[in-house]
This record gives sequence, C-alpha cells and structure tokens, in this order.
Amino acid sequence: MIEIENVHKSFGDLDVIKGVSLTVNKGEVVSIIGGSGSGKSTLLMCINGLEVIQQGSIRVDGTEVHNKATDLNRLRQKIGIVFQQWNAFPHLTVLENVMLAPRKVLGQSRAEAEEVAVRQLTHVGLADKLKVFPGKLSGGQQQRMAIARALAMSPDYMLFDEATSALDPQLVGEVLDTMRMLAEDGMTMVLVTHEISFAREVSDRVAFFRNGLVHEIGTPEQVLVSPQYAETADFLKSVL
Amino acid sequence: MFDYSFHWRSAFKALPDMLGGAWVTFETAALSMIFGVLIALCLTLMRQTKNPLARGFGNAWVSVARNTPSLFQIYLLYFGLGSFGIHISSWAALLAGITFNNAGYLAENFRGGLKAVPETQMRAARSLGMSAFKTYQLVIIPQLLRIVFYPLTNQMVWAVLMTSLGVIVGLNNDLTGVTQGYNVKTFRTFEYFALAAVLYYLIAKAIVLVARLLGWRLFRY
Repeated sequence: MIEIENVHKSFGDLDVIKGVSLTVNKGEVVSIIGGSGSGKSTLLMCINGLEVIQQGSIRVDGTEVHNKATDLNRLRQKIGIVFQQWNAFPHLTVLENVMLAPRKVLGQSRAEAEEVAVRQLTHVGLADKLKVFPGKLSGGQQQRMAIARALAMSPDYMLFDEATSALDPQLVGEVLDTMRMLAEDGMTMVLVTHEISFAREVSDRVAFFRNGLVHEIGTPEQVLVSPQYAETADFLKSVL
Repeated sequence: MFDYSFHWRSAFKALPDMLGGAWVTFETAALSMIFGVLIALCLTLMRQTKNPLARGFGNAWVSVARNTPSLFQIYLLYFGLGSFGIHISSWAALLAGITFNNAGYLAENFRGGLKAVPETQMRAARSLGMSAFKTYQLVIIPQLLRIVFYPLTNQMVWAVLMTSLGVIVGLNNDLTGVTQGYNVKTFRTFEYFALAAVLYYLIAKAIVLVARLLGWRLFRY
C-alpha cells in the first residue's frame, strides 16, 4: 500500500505540490491526470525518493520513504518506474539492460538473471531483439524494454510517468497494450497519463491534479464521465 | 651552396640503440597516462564536490597544468625542487611533469564528458535500486569512457611527443636522449633527428591505430 499524506514539494520558490494526500491499495490501478505543471510527475518521483519532499509523508508498505534511516536502494527494488524518456542504457544490449539490476542489485547469477530477462522481454514482445543495442530500436520498443527492465526486479508496484507521451502516435498502442497486460495481471500501478480513454479503461480510480492539489478523485466514471467540478470538465474538454 | 653530404649509414647503425630509447619513451608516456587518468578521475570528483578546499585544489591543478608551459613544469620539478634540497632523477621529473599535465587536461575532458551523459541515466539506474557507486561504475563511467576515448588517445600521443622534453633535465636513455647522445658525438644532427622523428611518428601512428581498433571492438553501440 502506498500512503501519501499531506505532501508538499517545491523547487526553490516554486511550490509544485501543495498538500497532496492519496492512498493506493494493493492491486489497485490509479491514474493521475492533469495539465502540465500540476505536480503529477513530481509526485511519482517523490514516491520512490528520486525527489525529496519538504513536508508530509509517503509510506510504502509502512516504510517511510523520506526518512534518513530508510534504505532507499532496498525500497526502490520493489517500486518499478517507467519514464517518459525511456532511458535505456545505450552501452548495453537489450538483454544486458534488463539483466543489469537483477545481477548487480539482487545478486542473481548470470543464468538466473538471463532466464528472467528473456521471460520478461518475451512477455513485452522483444524476444527477437535480445542482442540488439537500444539505439537500433524504435521508441515504442525501447519503452517496452524499459518496462521489462523494471519488471525483472519483480516489483510490487509500478509507476508510469507519461510512458507514452514521447512516442510517435503509431507506437503508443503497443506500449499501452503492455501496460494493460500488467493491469490485468493485478499489478499495483500508478499512472501519470494523458491517455484519457486508456485511463478510463484500466483504472480503478482516477485523480485529477490541479495547481499541486488533488482537485477531484473517484472512479473513472465519476471523474471522466460525470465530473463534479467545472475545472475537471474543462480539462477533459481540452484533451479530448 | 649545398655541400653537405648525408651519412645515413651511421644513423642506421644507431637504430637498435634508438629503438631501445623509443621503448623508454613509450613506457614513460604510458605510465604518465595511467597515473594521469587516475589523478584526473580524482580531480574530476573533487571538482564536483561542495567542499571548497577540494574544489579549489582541483580547479587550481587544472588551471595551472593547462596554462603554463610543460617545459617549465618539468624544469621546476627537477631544478626547482633541487633548490629546496629535494633531488629526483631526470626520469622522475619528466614523468611527474607529464603526469601533472595529463591529469589537468584529462580532468577537463572528463568534466565535459560527464556533462554529456544525460542526468536521466542516473535516475534510471537509481530507480532500479542501484547505489550511487554502482551507478557510476556500471552506467555512467562506461558511457563516459566512450565520450573521452578519442581525447584520451590524443593525450597519449601528446604525452609521447612531450617526453622529448626530458633531454633538458639530462635524461639520456629515452629516444631524444639517445639521439642527442649520438648527435653530440658525430654532429650528424639532421640524420639522427630525422630518424628519431620518423620513430616518433611511427609510435604516434601506431597508438592511433591501436586505439581505433580498440574503440571499434569496445564500442559496438
């Protein structure tokens, strides 16, 4: 369970998150939508401690993320994240990209790590690209590789930070299919996304962020079909 | 007006000795590169820290090494330290001088190289649970190595050529030292130095060739 309580985050004088509370239960898929600068991506970075917070608390399975005593490297093993700019390691092949962390962080043997990596890469449809360097892949393929890389750590949670925003339109579908597959497998997921119809389809709950706050939250029907607030309706009108 | 007759034969007779000198030259340059790279990595880290003392030291080293003649650096190490009663051999002074220079130039290359590795690579590696150290070791440095590989090759060639400065502090067993030894005995300056220049040229070209093959093997991406 991810428990976010009254989190405040600022970059210098700029307040990005102004008191967000949100709980994500085990097995739940929560989508976060909202305009740019509303603090949704920053919140994801705070969940696995890639960004520090100024106030409030974030607990993952009861462990305080923003506590000096917390072993973040250990905590991050169970929180996978996929970035907007897939961030493949360019000097490693697709297979090596996926094997790296399981070997060097979890201490798996080469054979063990390779077995897991091949399984994950097959799962995302890249079984024929194992020995290829990421530079030779399309954006959609690199993003699917990034998903496999995160999954190879067998995380309990997956965070997606606008995973399809930087892709050419014709490549969005293949990545969404992969994410849909994960959701169906029961993975606990937090998605920051602009794909409203996808959010509606896979989410248990949708949160609309505005000005660093959760403006509206509820089931996809409540928020996306019959929003309570004018701002939510305006936002939806602008993206659809 | 042109009545100099060339005596190449005596120069070629000296070739085995000169090849011995060439090996000393190569060895000295290679050592200065190994130490230079290690020190440059330390300097690069020091210049990244918030500690003003470490940063100042790193910046001062880079600045002095790059903005003073390497001839003076070697001269000061040999004769300058001598006036404080610290006597080091000609070879040690040369090695220290070239290493000092290499470290300064390489530290600047490394700094530029680090900037060229996207910040997001760090984030991606850390998000997988890798420590900062492992991230540098497995993700950042391998990419940095490719970026600085050709500057590194240039520096190695530069180091080979600069070892010829050893002769000013009395080094007599490197390529220039051996050549100068024959020169003062025979006054066949043109022949000996032309032959030595060819050897320097061949060493430099061999380094570039090996680096190219190595780069081709190492960086397949």
